[in-house]
Amino acid sequence: MTPAIELRGVTTRFGKVVIHDDIHLDVRTGDILCLVGGSGSGKTTLLREIVGLLAPTHGTVRLFGQAVLDPDPRVRRDVRRRFGMLFQQGALFSALNVFDNIAFPLRELRILDKSHIHDLVFMKLAMVELEPRHAMLMPAELSGGMIKRVALARALALEPELLVLDEPTAGLDPDLADNFVQLIRTLQKQLGFTVAMVTHDLDTLAGLATRVAVLAGQRIIADASPAEVLDVDHPFIKTFFCSEHARSVMRRRL
Amino acid sequence: MATAAVEFGETPGTGIVRLSGDWTLSRLPVPLETLQAQLRDFAARGAAWEMSDVSRLDSAGAVVLWQAWGRHWPTTLVASDEQQAILARAAAISPALASQRPFSPLIWLARLGWLMLAAGKNARDMTALIGQLALDIVYLCAHPREIPWREFSATLYKSGALALPVTALVGFLIGVVLSYLSSLQLKTFGADIFIVNLLGISVIRELGPVIVAVLVAGRSGSAMTAQIGVMRVTEEIDALATMGISRTVRLVLPKVAALAVAMPLLVVWCSAAGILGGMVSANLEMELAYGYFISTLPKVVPVANVWIGIGKGFCFGLLIALIACHFGLKVRPNTESLSSRTTSSVVAAITVVIIVDAVFAVLTRRIGMPGL
Repeated sequence: MTPAIELRGVTTRFGKVVIHDDIHLDVRTGDILCLVGGSGSGKTTLLREIVGLLAPTHGTVRLFGQAVLDPDPRVRRDVRRRFGMLFQQGALFSALNVFDNIAFPLRELRILDKSHIHDLVFMKLAMVELEPRHAMLMPAELSGGMIKRVALARALALEPELLVLDEPTAGLDPDLADNFVQLIRTLQKQLGFTVAMVTHDLDTLAGLATRVAVLAGQRIIADASPAEVLDVDHPFIKTFFCSEHARSVMRRRL
Repeated sequence: MATAAVEFGETPGTGIVRLSGDWTLSRLPVPLETLQAQLRDFAARGAAWEMSDVSRLDSAGAVVLWQAWGRHWPTTLVASDEQQAILARAAAISPALASQRPFSPLIWLARLGWLMLAAGKNARDMTALIGQLALDIVYLCAHPREIPWREFSATLYKSGALALPVTALVGFLIGVVLSYLSSLQLKTFGADIFIVNLLGISVIRELGPVIVAVLVAGRSGSAMTAQIGVMRVTEEIDALATMGISRTVRLVLPKVAALAVAMPLLVVWCSAAGILGGMVSANLEMELAYGYFISTLPKVVPVANVWIGIGKGFCFGLLIALIACHFGLKVRPNTESLSSRTTSSVVAAITVVIIVDAVFAVLTRRIGMPGL
């Protein structure tokens, strides 16, 4: 079966600085992959390459067996309709209200009529546990947690097979972050999509990930289940996972 | 993976509808109308529904089915628990309320009213801003150490010095065109030498200030609105407030003061370029000597005109900066508002400049006219 994400020999250079050196990574359908690494290790850069916002210097990125940066614009568009991305700050269109933000990708499809779009938007809102009355609010009137939920609903609008999350819980207080992690997990179980995410937060990692890929020294030094990654002997993994706090989080969750 | 398909089986009674394939957003047939019509037709006949061959069902498929069923469960439905759960989610959505705004022939009157109210509110806020600036000036007189010289000089450079090339170019070209067109008319009367009077009065008194005002409103006014607007969007203005720094003292006052200083200088510069252009054009077209032009100019154009031009420049600069800052502070934190406020700022500034110019023309009609 074709993996949902397939990175082959991805090398990224900004000028003379090498960010990634020959990265290979496969994400199977249904996996929840968590990409971790020190700050500046190029996690977000890799995520941007996966969704095709950035072209790697060498190597290819394939989603569902198709190149993200295929020269044919139709192939590119079709690939892009099969995944949804949740940006760190939500990236909601500030000129549109919540309803129109979620309806936007559906309208762009030009398949569904008005009443279908209406029902679908309210279904997505219910999925992310927002109430119908929130639909008419503008992004500027939403709280941080609500922005994330609306952004998640928009990312899920096209029923994606892959959900890409950039720091899904950054800027949320622990309670809200917990709720959000629960929400993503429930939706993943219901809808069965694959998840690739970048996070700094151990609680998010422990609560969601079925696989962890560790990025350090321009390469992926570990790619296994959370429990196995803990046993890898590498200075970064030792400091990241084995501080007192990290140990207690991981023990509690795994 | 197969597209969503529907098949009708004739059995005794009402018949049975077998659905198969992927009932997902990406697999729905395009266009959707034929499938919908088919489904609605079967639903109307009260058929039984059989979904065991459906490999995947997502919310889009569920919505299409639910709406075809007329938003209620069919009498007989064979579906797995999962499929039922997805359909139940679609069932939980209340239908869209037809929101038709009643059309009223008086809507134009209402629009006019809203426009007047908005204009009134802008005028009120503007007055408040001017009042605040007056208070700030009094405060700064008492505390001269807090005068924001750095911001003042930065605006002076950006809006004044950097605008020199474009104002000179535009002024020069206007002078050339005006002189050329006038000379064609004046030649027919043999009144060639009056080109000096014509150019001198029109450029120094009227065209110089207005051209510079239009250029500065488009160039610096929009930049000021956008800058203050973005600072509002990114909460930088709130950050200033929490540091105990007044936004009017630090952001608005230096801009208003700098533009009030820069504009008169730009007006002199632009008028000079205009006269130069006119002089060159007159020389080429009518062979009017440069020396004659320069020596005649002070005789036929009273010096009061220069002062009127400078005075206009001062007023226009003040108004453009005030309007730009006023609209910048009214930006709401979204992109749409930023663009609409920047547009309003430039449009309002140019309109107000033209109105004030007309007022000036009336008030100064007895000053600086030759032969009066």
